[in-house]
Amino acid sequence: MKILVCISKTPDTTSKISFKDDNTKYEESGVQWIINPYDEWYALVRAIELKEKNPSAQLHIVNVGGADNDPIIRKALALGGDEAIRINTTSDDSYYIASQIAEVARQNNYDLILTGKETIDYNSSSVGGMLAALLDLPFISLATKFELNENTATVTREIEGGEEVDEINLPVVVSCQKGVAEQRIPNMRGIMAARTKPLKVVEPAAVDALTEIVSFELPPAKAGVKLIPADNVEELVRLLHEEAKVI
Amino acid sequence: MVLVFIDHSDKQIKKSTYEAISYAAEVAKQINTTTEGLLLGNVSDNLADLGNYGLTKIHHVANDALNNFDAQVYAQVVAEAVNQLHADALIFSHTQTGKSIAPFVAAKLKAGLVSGAVALPVTSNGFVVKKNVFSGKAFANVAINSPIKIISLNPNSFPVKKVEGNASVETLNINVPSSKIKITATNKVEGEVPLTEAEIVVSGGRGLKGPENWKIVEDLAHELHAATACSRPVADAGWRPHHEHVGQTGIQIAPNLYIAIGISGAIQHLAGVNRSKHIVVINKDPEAPFFKAADYGIVGDAFEVVPKLTEAIKKLKGS
Ligand SMILES: Cc1cc2nc3c(=O)[nH]c(=O)nc-3n(C[C@H](O)[C@H](O)[C@H](O)COP(=O)(O)OP(=O)(O)OC[C@H]3O[C@@H](n4cnc5c(N)ncnc54)[C@H](O)[C@@H]3O)c2cc1C
Ligand SMILES: Nc1ncnc2c1ncn2[C@@H]1O[C@H](COP(=O)(O)O)[C@@H](O)[C@H]1O
Repeated sequence: MKILVCISKTPDTTSKISFKDDNTKYEESGVQWIINPYDEWYALVRAIELKEKNPSAQLHIVNVGGADNDPIIRKALALGGDEAIRINTTSDDSYYIASQIAEVARQNNYDLILTGKETIDYNSSSVGGMLAALLDLPFISLATKFELNENTATVTREIEGGEEVDEINLPVVVSCQKGVAEQRIPNMRGIMAARTKPLKVVEPAAVDALTEIVSFELPPAKAGVKLIPADNVEELVRLLHEEAKVI
Repeated sequence: MVLVFIDHSDKQIKKSTYEAISYAAEVAKQINTTTEGLLLGNVSDNLADLGNYGLTKIHHVANDALNNFDAQVYAQVVAEAVNQLHADALIFSHTQTGKSIAPFVAAKLKAGLVSGAVALPVTSNGFVVKKNVFSGKAFANVAINSPIKIISLNPNSFPVKKVEGNASVETLNINVPSSKIKITATNKVEGEVPLTEAEIVVSGGRGLKGPENWKIVEDLAHELHAATACSRPVADAGWRPHHEHVGQTGIQIAPNLYIAIGISGAIQHLAGVNRSKHIVVINKDPEAPFFKAADYGIVGDAFEVVPKLTEAIKKLKGS
């Protein structure tokens, strides 16, 4: 059993969002970087649990990014990956990223590839589906539970207004969200072990990006709150009805 | 031609599809072409009526095998349809279904995808689409550089527009590959308004103290035909189901009205809701950060204010 978990680096959720160079670049100074929560808490932890049940399983971690991503990759190794592959390039085009990961996946014949539901910075929820297309594999998105059987997986996924349970033969690409696993904290032993685990750096394949971010914008600021006294809810109802016209 | 993927659930076309059609019709106007629809599987709605939203033609792949959703199969059929019909652009809504197939189709066609779009493309110089980034804290303007453009539109980001018209329906013959997925169970929560499509959302936080107190939230939601939501600690504690959790690590929503009750307004919570068109905050702490992001606020005890608010709305609706 070979498992690949795709991890992305994102700003910590409390980071201030601002832009520089004429609003074309994210202002990274002072930003704390973390593993994208969906990748760490759900995809990675679930893969680690599967490996704990089946110690012969191999768990690889892949990241597309520069050397500044190494700390978050080491953290993933500390949590429990066996080895990591960093594809040494940066991009904000999902197709470019998925194509790079597909190159790695083709060389290793994974039985299972897990991604997060989406990155909390680009929010594309695209890399998983694109990866499945490039590898010609089935794709199950927005998983909330994942169980491995002999050669199949049982995956519960979010659908409109509920959930659906799917049985699928491996190999498969699955995007993970809340429910799949619970967040873990790396322990000292894991952190020590991570220092000597292999982190391979490979150069990117030649792929054309299909999209490109030309600029960023911040949402317009709110005009300020209108406070209504607690003993006059009728006034709030009137404002919502006559001024905002939403009820 | 701009092709719209007609997303449906329980044999009904989704509200977000009407938004996608209205959006596609505007895109088609910008690039001087027509708007057509693509339907996989069967619905009970009258397809010709989709002309009233801007479609001139609907291509229908009616194979029964499509009644069970499989992202890979759907994506292969959609990609083949785009090729056969020579579509210039393909529009999805950014729903569970859109999220599973749009990227798959995009990679198959080697077409650039902007997912979670919130506005019409700017076509004066290239093809640039505004999308949500940083989980609602900012927007990015993204250029699509491939010949075929694919967009998935965030629900509640574009108004449905009615026009006069009639859509013709044509059967499209595409070979449907066999599915590798066996669906063994489907569990739907009956009668709930889907959170991402809801016009009004009433949301509760830790200030409500416990799950037994949610009746005041539900009563208010019921009166407003609203969906209910909650903050993350509330879902983590099991007071409410996970699918109600909004915020940076939950669902991002953009309803017309968001009513936050006993929620402090942490940055991660705001990220998921700050695109709501109007925000009402009810919190007993006048210093709660949420008031800075609100349009209307009441400083007071939720257990007193919310039932009174529900009554006042009942009175308004009754009059
Ligand atoms: C990585 C990360 C991701 C996160 N993602 C999310 C996310 O997606 N969504 C999210 O919501 N949070 C998220 N959080 C958590 C977030 O930081 C806050 O802790 C959380 O939003 C607080 O929830 P709350 O407002 O319900 O509770 P609290 O912060 O405890 O606020 C309760 C509020 O209720 C008010 N109150 C108390 N009693 C009453 C009363 N009787 N009447 C009226 N008001 C009352 C209080 O004044 C207070 O303002 C995340 C945190 C981290 C670290
Ligand atoms: N640069 C990257 N390197 C490795 N995996 C990534 C990268 N970007 C995105 N992913 C994976 O793809 C998922 C979806 O990302 P996105 O399509 O950007 O929302 C993430 O949750 C990750 O699992």
